[in-house]
Amino acid sequence: MSTPEQVPARRRAWLLTLAWLWVGVPFLYGLYELILKVVKLFGG
Amino acid sequence: MAVTFLDRSRTIAPPDWSRWLIPPAALSVHLAIGQAYAWSVFKPPLEQALGLSGTLSALPFQLGIVMLGLSAAFGGTLVERNGPRWAMFVSMTCFSSGFLVSAIGAFTSQYWLVVLGYGLIGGIGLGIGYISPVSTLMKWFPDRPGMATGIAIMGFGGGALIASPWSSQMLESFGSSTTGIGTSFLVHGVVYAVFMSLGVFLVRVPAEGWRPKGWEPSAVKAKSMVTTANVSAANALKTPQFWCLWVVLCFNVTAGIGILEKASPMITDFFRGTSAPVGATAAAGFVALLSLTNMLGRFVWSSTSDFIGRKNIYRMYLGVGAVLYLVIALVGDASKLVFILAAMVILSFYGAGFATIPAYLKDMFGTYQVGAIHGRLLTAWSAAGVLGPLIVNAIADSQERTGKEGPDLYTTSFYIMIALLVVGFVANELVRPVNPKYHEPDSVTSAHEEAK
Repeated sequence: MSTPEQVPARRRAWLLTLAWLWVGVPFLYGLYELILKVVKLFGG
Repeated sequence: MAVTFLDRSRTIAPPDWSRWLIPPAALSVHLAIGQAYAWSVFKPPLEQALGLSGTLSALPFQLGIVMLGLSAAFGGTLVERNGPRWAMFVSMTCFSSGFLVSAIGAFTSQYWLVVLGYGLIGGIGLGIGYISPVSTLMKWFPDRPGMATGIAIMGFGGGALIASPWSSQMLESFGSSTTGIGTSFLVHGVVYAVFMSLGVFLVRVPAEGWRPKGWEPSAVKAKSMVTTANVSAANALKTPQFWCLWVVLCFNVTAGIGILEKASPMITDFFRGTSAPVGATAAAGFVALLSLTNMLGRFVWSSTSDFIGRKNIYRMYLGVGAVLYLVIALVGDASKLVFILAAMVILSFYGAGFATIPAYLKDMFGTYQVGAIHGRLLTAWSAAGVLGPLIVNAIADSQERTGKEGPDLYTTSFYIMIALLVVGFVANELVRPVNPKYHEPDSVTSAHEEAK
């Protein structure tokens, strides 16, 4: 498995996208569940 | 091999490394360890399966928070010395193995193993993980340190948002028996190890002399409350600035935690005697809303501090916070909207207080040992964690005994919070640039950078 140093610069964009998706997807899931609860506060 | 990979010298970034890879590295750790605030999900099944009291089932969380404070305070220097990859690896190992030890405890019905695993071992992972990316982020974002630490520390707030529904669903699937709880702990340990490994793999420190394109350190020198000098962690403790900021953080957290810890019963009690009482489901929505503003405040206000300055933003957290507490106390149960909006803003200041403090420390003491200084300052959090709930609960209980109800249960607590916020405001006003006698000679900080 190559380390990030060995990854050509043009592929860094993929690494960047993957890294943000890695943390972004669970975060959005948590946010979605939270909003469902908030809606109940206003009688939804 | 493993030691070499973790070594600080192996984490120096190549020239074309994107600094935007560092926030997700930090978030992978903070979103994981933020699970601590969702411990309450495990309390009822543990109580039922092992016949525990509410006090006993809270023990792993409480010990975890104590260990967070202690490991951040005493491990800060090690984190500075060994670098962020080492710190993230230690955090990942402790946090995940804490879950695995807890799993053994649940499978064998040995509750002390759950306390040892989640509380003691996992708690070390919390403390080291919390401070692991802070100084690295500020080195990568010298132009926007508030925003950088705001992103990471927002992750700590967001961790519970992910863990709470995820853990609940897992317990539903595996069941609430000791086997079900043990299996849930096991899955948590494995998944968090994989999730946090992104941080270990990605984190880098900038090469000596690196700076963002178009950014000039002279822009920093122009601001009187931002130093370009460096102060060691040992010397920082000798300065009045450190203790003023300790008071600022402690009382800002106390004021927020006072609402956060009792949010659900508080809103129910407040509007019980009105024409529109708040039910359990709506109260849960209120708690969720506070979690949201607590999290967003970490990013929004901390990023704003990069433009208006750290001292000014704390003036807002503490000053406006005190006014909002006064509004709640005076308006009482006359307006639900005012109560909810004021509580939301207060909680956004609570979260923001955590997120902005590393950048304030950097402004005062430089980046040399800011991670270690931050770790020591987090003892203020531990103190506030005891103080805030103690004030609100003790007063509400005593008012209830005298036959009071509704807003009267909390009004005295709110006035105490206002007084604490005013003391914090004054402490913030007393913050001045650090006396140069505490500055490290350039030769020491240069040698330190070279040793990295």
